[in-house]
Amino acid sequence: MKISENWLREWVNPPVSATALAEKLNLAGLECEAEPLTPDMPSGVVVGRILKAEPHPQADRLRVCDVDAGTGEILKIVCGAANARAGILVPAALPGSRLPGGKEIGAAVLRGVESAGMLCSASELGLAEKSEGLLEFDSDARPGTPVEKHLGLNDNLLNLELTPNRGDCLSIAGLAREVAALYSLPAKPPTIRPAVVSALPSKEVIVEDAIGCPHYVGRVVTKLNPKARTPDWMRERLRRSGIRAIHPVVDITNYVLLELGQPMHGFDCARLAGPVRVRRARAGEKLALLNEQTIELVPADLLITDDNGPLVLAGVMGGTASGVSESTTQIFLEAACFDPVSVATSGRRHKLLSDSRYRFERGVDPALQRRALERATQLVEQICGGEAGPIVEVGRAPQYAATIRLRHSRVERLLGCPVPVREVPVLLGRLGIETQAEDAGAWRTRVPTHRYDLRIEADLVEEVGRLYGYERIPARAYAASLVPFSTPETQRPLDVLKDSLVARGYQEVVTYSFVDPKLQAQLDPGVPSVALDNPIAETMAVMRTTLWSGLLPVWLYNRQRQQKRARLFECGAAYFPDGAGTRETQKLAGLVAGSALAEQWGSKPERAVDFYDVKADLVALLGSSAAQFSFERGEHAALHPGRSARILRDGQPVGWLGALHPRLAQALDVGDALLLFEVDAEAVCAAQLPKPGPVSEFPSSRRDLALVLKEEITAQQLVTVTRAAGGPLLKSVHIFDMYHGSSLPEGFKSMALGLIFQDYSRTLNIEEIDAAVGEVTASVSAQLGASVRG
Amino acid sequence: MSNDLEELSSKAATEIEGATDPRVLEQMRVDLLGKKGRVTELLKQLGGMAPDQRKAFGEQVNRVKETLSAALERKAQQLGDAELARKLASETIDVTLPGRGEDVGALHPVTRTIRRIERIFNSMGFESVQGPEIEDDWHNFQALNIPESHPARAMQDTFYALDGSRLLRTHTSPVQIRTMKQRKPPIRIICPGRVYRVDFDRTHSPMFHQVEGLYVAENVGLADLKHDLMRFLSLFFERDAEVLFRPSYFPFVEPGADVHMRWGDRWLELLGCGVVHPNVLSAVGIDPERYTGYAFGMGVERLAMLRYGVDDLRLFFNNDLRFLEQFR
Repeated sequence: MKISENWLREWVNPPVSATALAEKLNLAGLECEAEPLTPDMPSGVVVGRILKAEPHPQADRLRVCDVDAGTGEILKIVCGAANARAGILVPAALPGSRLPGGKEIGAAVLRGVESAGMLCSASELGLAEKSEGLLEFDSDARPGTPVEKHLGLNDNLLNLELTPNRGDCLSIAGLAREVAALYSLPAKPPTIRPAVVSALPSKEVIVEDAIGCPHYVGRVVTKLNPKARTPDWMRERLRRSGIRAIHPVVDITNYVLLELGQPMHGFDCARLAGPVRVRRARAGEKLALLNEQTIELVPADLLITDDNGPLVLAGVMGGTASGVSESTTQIFLEAACFDPVSVATSGRRHKLLSDSRYRFERGVDPALQRRALERATQLVEQICGGEAGPIVEVGRAPQYAATIRLRHSRVERLLGCPVPVREVPVLLGRLGIETQAEDAGAWRTRVPTHRYDLRIEADLVEEVGRLYGYERIPARAYAASLVPFSTPETQRPLDVLKDSLVARGYQEVVTYSFVDPKLQAQLDPGVPSVALDNPIAETMAVMRTTLWSGLLPVWLYNRQRQQKRARLFECGAAYFPDGAGTRETQKLAGLVAGSALAEQWGSKPERAVDFYDVKADLVALLGSSAAQFSFERGEHAALHPGRSARILRDGQPVGWLGALHPRLAQALDVGDALLLFEVDAEAVCAAQLPKPGPVSEFPSSRRDLALVLKEEITAQQLVTVTRAAGGPLLKSVHIFDMYHGSSLPEGFKSMALGLIFQDYSRTLNIEEIDAAVGEVTASVSAQLGASVRG
Repeated sequence: MSNDLEELSSKAATEIEGATDPRVLEQMRVDLLGKKGRVTELLKQLGGMAPDQRKAFGEQVNRVKETLSAALERKAQQLGDAELARKLASETIDVTLPGRGEDVGALHPVTRTIRRIERIFNSMGFESVQGPEIEDDWHNFQALNIPESHPARAMQDTFYALDGSRLLRTHTSPVQIRTMKQRKPPIRIICPGRVYRVDFDRTHSPMFHQVEGLYVAENVGLADLKHDLMRFLSLFFERDAEVLFRPSYFPFVEPGADVHMRWGDRWLELLGCGVVHPNVLSAVGIDPERYTGYAFGMGVERLAMLRYGVDDLRLFFNNDLRFLEQFR
C-alpha cells in the first residue's frame, strides 16, 4: 500500500522526518519506505483559467487561448489539446518555468502566433504516465496559485509492505493508530457527523449467509448532482495510492477504503430490482465484472444479488450491471463485513485481484461498517449533494475482538527477559487494549475490534515485546545443557562419500527434483513416477525416479558450452508412488563422459573413459564394505546391454553401473563415451567396524598362471573357483593380464592370474605351493574348462 | 731414500693427479700397488737386503705405498663425484611442468553452505534431522497453524501431486513437526533440505534449500533465540555481525521476528524466526504451558550468494562447470 505522508500527518503528527517515521514503523514490524512524491518538482507552473479559446488562424488542431494566470494581464497561449475550452482551469507553464524532465518553457511563436507559455497535461507535470488533454482543476481553484501548492505536491509517499496479520494497518486510520501508539501521541480522526436522515423509502436487505456476511449496513442517497466532479484534493490522495478517479461515487468509496480501511460499494438504485440479497451462488450463474471479464460462479461464491441475479462477487469485485454511471442520481451505498476465507477463496478461484479482496482477505474491522457508511454519506453530500435515507443494518457489530487473560510470567518467559509489571498495561493501553488486573500478575484484557489478529495470550506477548522494543531484549546464552549426539560408526556419513568422490575428480551438481517426463520415460521406462498437479513447465512435470534424469541434461548443457569431459555426481532423493502415498529413496548417482583423463603431457593418446574406470571409483567409494558388493551382468533400458552391471550388496540389488545405451546416446546427442552409475545411498553408507587380523612375519610366495578360457567365463567365476581350490594358504588372487587375439582359438580369451601364498606360522615349501597350484589348475579345468597356456 | 724410489713416487703422484678417467686410475692402482705393481715389486726386494738397510728401505717403500694409496683413493672419490654430478645433471627435469592424473572435483556451493551451517549448529548442540520432501497438508500446513485461507496455501505457491492429496514441502518445517511428534523435549535440531514453491524468475527458483532450526525445552524465549542466531551469523560470516531483530509474522511463531544484518550501509533481511506458536506445540502433543521453544529458518542460496558474492540465483541450478569448478 502506498499512501500520502501529509494525509497521515493530518491524523497524527509525530515530530520526526518521513525517513525516521518509516524506520520506526520498520522496527515495529511494519515494513515501510518513505520516498518523495515528486522527486522532480515543476517550477513556475500556475493555475490558469481559460477565458476564451479560439481556432488558430493557421492550424486546424491548434487553439489560441486567452488565459488568466493571476498575473494581472490576459496571456495568449497556443494549445493543441482537444479539451481546451473557455471556463476551465488548467496548469499554465509561464515563460521561465521548468517542467519535470528539465524542459524549460519560454515565449514562442507557433505557426505565426505568439504563445506566452504552455498549457499542460497531467503527464507533462509528471503526475501520470500517460494522459489525454489538459489537466483540469477544480472550478474554484485560484488563478496564479502554483500547481505544487494547489495539489500539495510537497509530500512523501509511504510505501508499506505489511505482513498478512496486520490488515488493520491498511488505511490511514489504522496506520495513524499504530503511529500514535509508537510515539505515545493521540490520533485526531476527522469528525464524522451522522447524516441528517430524510424520510426516504429504504432498501430491503436480506442476508442469507450470516457466516459469510456477519454485518451489513447500507443506505439510499438520492438527488445526486450527476454533473458533480471529484475535487482535486481527493483525486490527488487517490492518485498517490495508485487509484484513478472514475466517478465521484466510486472515488468516494475508494477514498473511504483508504481512509478507514472499509471496502465499500455504490450501486445505482435505478438498476436494482427488488431487495438486496447476500447469498451463495447457484449453479450456472454468471457475472460480468467491472474489469470486463465474465466469470462462471460456483456455489461456494458469496454474492450480492437482486431479483435479476448476481450483482457483485462479495468483497472481491463489482459487476457492470448495477454500477454507477454519468446519469446516476440515486445510489445505494453498502458497507459490509465479509468472511476472509470466503473472499480469499473466491478471489483465488477466479484469479481476481482488487484492493477490496486484499483487505477482506486480511480481515476488516467488524465494527467499522456504520462509521464508514456515515463517512461516505458525508462525502457524497459534500461533493454530489443529495439526501440520505435511513441506515439498513443486518447483523451486529461486536464490541471487542476478544477477551484474553495475560500473565506477567508468560510475558517474561516468552520474551526471555524481565519486563516491569507496571509497563505491561501501559504498553497495551497505547494500542487501545484495555487491561484489568485479575489476580497477582495477571490481567483480563479486552482487545478492540480492529485488532482481530490478537486471539491468544502469545499474541499479546508479541504486542508487549513490539512496543517494549525487540532491541531491548538481551541475548541470553544457553539456558539448557547440551545433549551430546553422534552418528554410529557403522553409518558412514554421506558427506564422507561426497568428499571421496570429490577427491577422485567428481564435481557435485544440484538439479531439480522435477524432471522432463519424456526423458525419464526413456531412462526408466515402465517405472511409475509422481506427476505434479501444477507443474511450472512441461519439462519439469514429474518427480525423478532416477537422478540420471537430471544429470544427463547437465552434461548436455555443459557439452554445448565446449566441455569435452565431465565427472559429475549428485546426491538426493528419487520419488516413487507407493500405495496412496509416495516413497523417497536417497540415491548417489554419477555421470562420467569424455576421455579417461584430461588431456595432459606425457600420457598415452587420449583414451575414452570406460566401464572399468568408473567401477574403480565406485569400489573406492565402498571402502571396507567393497567385499560385500558384487557386480553382475544385467540389462537396463538406459544402458548398453553388454556393458552394464547390476550392483548387489549381499545379493540384494542396490544400483546400476554401465555405459549409456548407444541408441539413447545418439538420440540425446551426448557423445559416445558416457558412463552412468546410481546406487542407494543407504546401501553404500552402511559400513562395518574394522576387525583387523594378524599380519604374517613369514615371506609370501607368488605363482603366476596364464589360462585360456571361453569368452563367457567371467573374471568373478575364475577368481571364485581359484580361491576355493587354492585352500587356506592362498592369500590373494589378482588378474594381471587379459588377452584376446589371433593366437587363441575363436571364442577364447586368456587371463593371467597372480597367486600369493602365505602362512602365519612358517615359511612355505615348494612342494606345498606346487600342490596348491595343482589344485587350482585342476579345478579351473574341471569346472570352467580352462587350460594352462603353454 | 733412493732416487729411484723418489722418482717413482713423485712421477706416480703426478700421474694420479692428472687422471681423468676412473678406469685409467684403476689401471694405475694395479700398476703401482697390484700384486705385480711396481711398488709391490720393490717390497719383494727386501728379502735380499741387509737387516739394517732392510728396515730403512722397508719404511720408505711403505710410506710411498701409503701416500700413493691415499692419492689414488682421493682421486677415485673425486672422479666418482664428478661422474655422479654429470649423471645427475643429465637427469634434471622441468619441475614447472604440471603433474599428471586426475584433478579434484568440488562440492556444489549449496552443499558447501549447508555443511557450514550444519557444522556451526552441530557445535551448538543442534542435531541434523532429515524428512520427506513430498508431504501432506497436515505436516506442511495445518500442524504449523497455517489456516486454510492463508495466502501461502494458494495454488500458485505450492506444488501439488496425486490430485492434491500430496504436496512438495514449501519449507523444511514438516521435519520439525515429525521430530516433535517422535521425541520429547528438550529437542534441539536443524533441518536442512530441498523445498519447493511455484515461483520462477530472476530471483526465485521453484526449488531451493532451507535450513530450519528448532529448540524446545522448559524455558526458551526470544532472548535465547537472539543469542543463538547472533552467534551463528557471526560464525558464518566470520565477523562481528551487527544484527537487528524486527517484529514480523509467520503463522507458526508468536512472537515472530525477521533478522536483519548490517551489510555495508544496508540492512539485509536474512532469516525469519520466533517463539513456537502454542497451536503448533499442541498439534504435536507437547504441552505449551510446560514447554516453550523457538524456531528459525534461512534460505541457503541467499546465504551462499552473500558469502561468495554470487548475484544470480540461477547460477546454482544451471550447473555450469565453469561456475562450479570455482568452489574447489
